[in-house]
Amino acid sequence: MGAITLKVNGKQVTVDAAPRTLLVELLREPLQLTGTHVGCDTSQCGSCTVLVDGRSIKACTMLAVEAAGTEVTTIEGLAQGGRLHPMQEAFQSCHGLQCGFCTPGMILSAVDCLKQNPTADERDVREWLEGNICRCTGYHNIVKAVLSCRDRMAQSKEG
Amino acid sequence: MRDFNFHRPASVAEAVGLLRKHSGGKFLAGGQSLLPVLKLDMADPSDLISLSGIAELRGIRVEGNTLIIGAGMRHAEVAQSPEVQRTIPGLARLADHIGDAQVRNRGTLGGSLAHADPAADYPAAIVALNGTVQTDRRTIAADDFFTGLFETALRPDEVITAVRFPVPTRCAYAKFGSHASKYALVGVMVAKTADGVRVAVTGAGPYAFRAAALETALGQSFSVAAIEALGENLGVRADDLNNTAEASGAYRKHLIAVLAKRAVAACL
Repeated sequence: MGAITLKVNGKQVTVDAAPRTLLVELLREPLQLTGTHVGCDTSQCGSCTVLVDGRSIKACTMLAVEAAGTEVTTIEGLAQGGRLHPMQEAFQSCHGLQCGFCTPGMILSAVDCLKQNPTADERDVREWLEGNICRCTGYHNIVKAVLSCRDRMAQSKEG
Repeated sequence: MRDFNFHRPASVAEAVGLLRKHSGGKFLAGGQSLLPVLKLDMADPSDLISLSGIAELRGIRVEGNTLIIGAGMRHAEVAQSPEVQRTIPGLARLADHIGDAQVRNRGTLGGSLAHADPAADYPAAIVALNGTVQTDRRTIAADDFFTGLFETALRPDEVITAVRFPVPTRCAYAKFGSHASKYALVGVMVAKTADGVRVAVTGAGPYAFRAAALETALGQSFSVAAIEALGENLGVRADDLNNTAEASGAYRKHLIAVLAKRAVAACL
């Protein structure tokens, strides 16, 4: 066991982890951030998606020791000052979820999508979300939510 | 996953020294293949030597007519690089369709080549573009790099530092991906250069190979019609191709012709 120091949701933390600890295990167990889900544990489903230094990655396929010195954002870190992130609001208003299991990963992936491509169209969004599997919604309202968030963010920039 | 010791050296020389000291160890690049392998207990390294902290593996630059990409560059970085988009846009597009967005944010060029998955995308690019693998001790031509299923010419303690791609006149990659993984059932890269045409196929055999019959036909007439004129005579036997539940050898052979045509059409 060795101590790892990293920033999680803006707060610096130092935590013990064995080399084989996955980032998702570090987040869920010692750090108790259970909003990051484990769906498949085989890098297929994207439920465990978090942002590392601003980019979406699958936390089941990254060692916790590799996250030393990075900034990690989980679903718990998106809302600011008691206000939901625009992407969270869009998922809520467009009913972009049913059971909610895939939702934290879906939202973080969508945040990275619009950060990389603020003018993403429906095809771009559908392609981007290839790494996130949802078994309930048929994706329709998820894509609608991302596009609605895109429009809202574009408006707030113009405003 | 079984336990191992973890090291994060700051230089290639230090990484090689660590692997020599811990002969049961393995290098860890982006981990998008190695970590799943470890979870399946298909490898049991005593030590993992991470290459993620090594600055000399980073960077993309153009020297004359050659694009040089550091082995540690992630797929998303290659896809978004202005140098790659300007010199070899077909390579940027290939990198932009590896796996999914999260995999592209972690996986690296060097890691993909060293792992040598038979269905990976990059092997088609390095073979078709006649690239050169630069390691800590030598250069290896693409044609000599892949030696078998998940096997390469690399020594166990050898680190890929960069890949040199001669800039072609035109090139394009077309793949038919597995719906679950986005790995290529078959992928075909076609590259047209002043010296002729090279065609590389991934996903269909144990490792990426050149399709000589397609190269000859396209060398005489760089057109979709030239591939159509070959009919079944692609110089590959369906029985020699990968035959899995997802795709038979005969289907993969069919895909080679279809994807080669799409790649040529994208070049024109």
